[in-house]
Amino acid sequence: MSAMLNTDPNIADADDFYEALIDMHRDLTADESRLVNAKLILLLANHIGDRAVLRDAMARARDGVGAGRAAATPR
Amino acid sequence: MSGTDFQTLRLAYARSADQDAAMPVHHPVVIVGAGPVGLALAIDLAQHGVRALVLDDDDKLSAGSRAICFAKRTLEICDRLGVGDRLVAKGVSWNVGKVHFQDELAYAFDLLPETGHRRPAFINLQQYYFEGYLYERARAMQGLEVRWKNRVVAVEPHGDRVVLAVETPEGTYRVEADYAVACDGSKSPLRTMLGQEAKGRVFHDRFLIADVKMNADFPAERWFWFDPPFHRNQSVLLHMQPDNVWRIDFQLGWDVDPDEERKPERVVPRVKALLGEDAQFEFEWISVYTFACQRMERFVHGRVIFAGDSAHGVSPFGARGANSGVQDADNLAWKLALVLEGKAPAALLDSYAAEREYAADENIRHSTRSTDFITPKTEVSRSFRDAVLKLAKEHPFARRLVNSGRLSLPATLAASPLNTPDGDAFSGTMVPGATIADAPVRTGGRDGWFLGHTGNRFTVVHFSAGGEPAPEVLAGLSALADAAIPVAAVVVVGKGTVSRAAQPGASAAAAAVAELDRAAVLEDAEALLAQRFDARDGTTYLIRPDQHVCARWRRFDPASIRAALARATCNT
Repeated sequence: MSAMLNTDPNIADADDFYEALIDMHRDLTADESRLVNAKLILLLANHIGDRAVLRDAMARARDGVGAGRAAATPR
Repeated sequence: MSGTDFQTLRLAYARSADQDAAMPVHHPVVIVGAGPVGLALAIDLAQHGVRALVLDDDDKLSAGSRAICFAKRTLEICDRLGVGDRLVAKGVSWNVGKVHFQDELAYAFDLLPETGHRRPAFINLQQYYFEGYLYERARAMQGLEVRWKNRVVAVEPHGDRVVLAVETPEGTYRVEADYAVACDGSKSPLRTMLGQEAKGRVFHDRFLIADVKMNADFPAERWFWFDPPFHRNQSVLLHMQPDNVWRIDFQLGWDVDPDEERKPERVVPRVKALLGEDAQFEFEWISVYTFACQRMERFVHGRVIFAGDSAHGVSPFGARGANSGVQDADNLAWKLALVLEGKAPAALLDSYAAEREYAADENIRHSTRSTDFITPKTEVSRSFRDAVLKLAKEHPFARRLVNSGRLSLPATLAASPLNTPDGDAFSGTMVPGATIADAPVRTGGRDGWFLGHTGNRFTVVHFSAGGEPAPEVLAGLSALADAAIPVAAVVVVGKGTVSRAAQPGASAAAAAVAELDRAAVLEDAEALLAQRFDARDGTTYLIRPDQHVCARWRRFDPASIRAALARATCNT
């Protein structure tokens, strides 16, 4: 049985984290920011490793955005 | 013979007696197309004692180096076909690849990091050599005929045979066959004649091949560049071939004029951008190509069977075209032979379709993924691609995501109906359906390779760690060799045990080994065989003629072996 995606509050000092996330993009063009985001996602995805958790996270990220398929993962 | 210039060789049309016959002359198997797949199949069939007639519409071997990368599995099949040594002697062996991103090296990889295999991960060799060596082997065989300038122009399928109309410089004649095998390439005229098509995804991208002859001191490695300074936003591949020829492959994008791009004056600046302004080189071959990942829905249509590019097409990334085609031939030959000998029902040919359709899907999946990585279709996929390449320089995890071609490995046919599922516990990769691993062995005081003692026939491989198989095992192996479908025996003994047993006067042990005159006794020279097969004393494998695992057990049981053999030949 795979672990579930943890969506409970899990980050201490949430405001600090959020500020750091935005700061990470400071002085970058949109293209550069997209690259940095992609690197960040890849680093975090590898850290998580569990395919079921990653699949769940991707479905939730996509949920309600754009046309086409909606999130497949039930709550 | 070795000095033949295969590029300029013309293979003369010769009139056949079939052309003067009142009625179409019957052949067991007619193969359409004398490319790598058709020739490999013809040789394999002839080795099984099945007469094969090959018809080719041309009088030349491959124009240009084309396939160039021949994978380890292809070389192992070619060992079985008797041309492996020649291919490896001429080819450039390589295991190392380097991936560059923009102006730096992202990482290097080794495709065969372990020793104890006879063949390298890959050789690079111009396709005309590959075809030329197969052709020279074919020409020396009994019961194998190649007719050049013989173009199949019509096919009449019947329930129990197929009739082909063949056009020659001296008019059209007809031949009849139990089976016709279409090895006639990606545009397969036979496929069209049967009203069939290959469906899939066409990629809107063009690539330029420049084969250049030059004296260069680059190592024998595969160098791949993503977005290099000398060819911005596109990919480039550099590969060494024999005869001081280098393959350079430039991605061009879709919006270029292929006729313009293949003009030497257009190609020279691209090559100089890579090699330097002062580079001295001559062009051997220039080609602009596109590709599609597609396959026929079914590879067997009654008495007409499709193999190689006619059945399935892939992108060139990963060298899965010719390599998978040769594996098609490897899979088909023994099945056709058993069916034609009346030792297996035609259902066995359906397993060819099932197994190779599965393998084609795997190849298409891998080569499509490579293509999507190399040529990202959206801004965001480009960002992820570049992110992977940036991270790859420092982070091993990201290297596993870099996909410049997942280089051809044989499919493990785990879901094949010919397999007998495991009843005993095993670990490792030698599952039913896998191609067997190689390892060094000693026999009769000489060093050799395990794979050379398997293939062409069904083979039981019995591991006997102590060097002395029990008498009932010896009797069982002997009985299997006499079955309607004979099963060859290989006994693998622990390192050092065979010499002890074979000493004169070593009584019981010597007598036991003498009993084995119908079996090959192999010493597991570096104990790698037992390791790679997760074998213990008593472990027994049944291996197919194409060197795939059929079944395995922890002890020798003739009844189980017979049942697995029946299943593997559809005789149930």
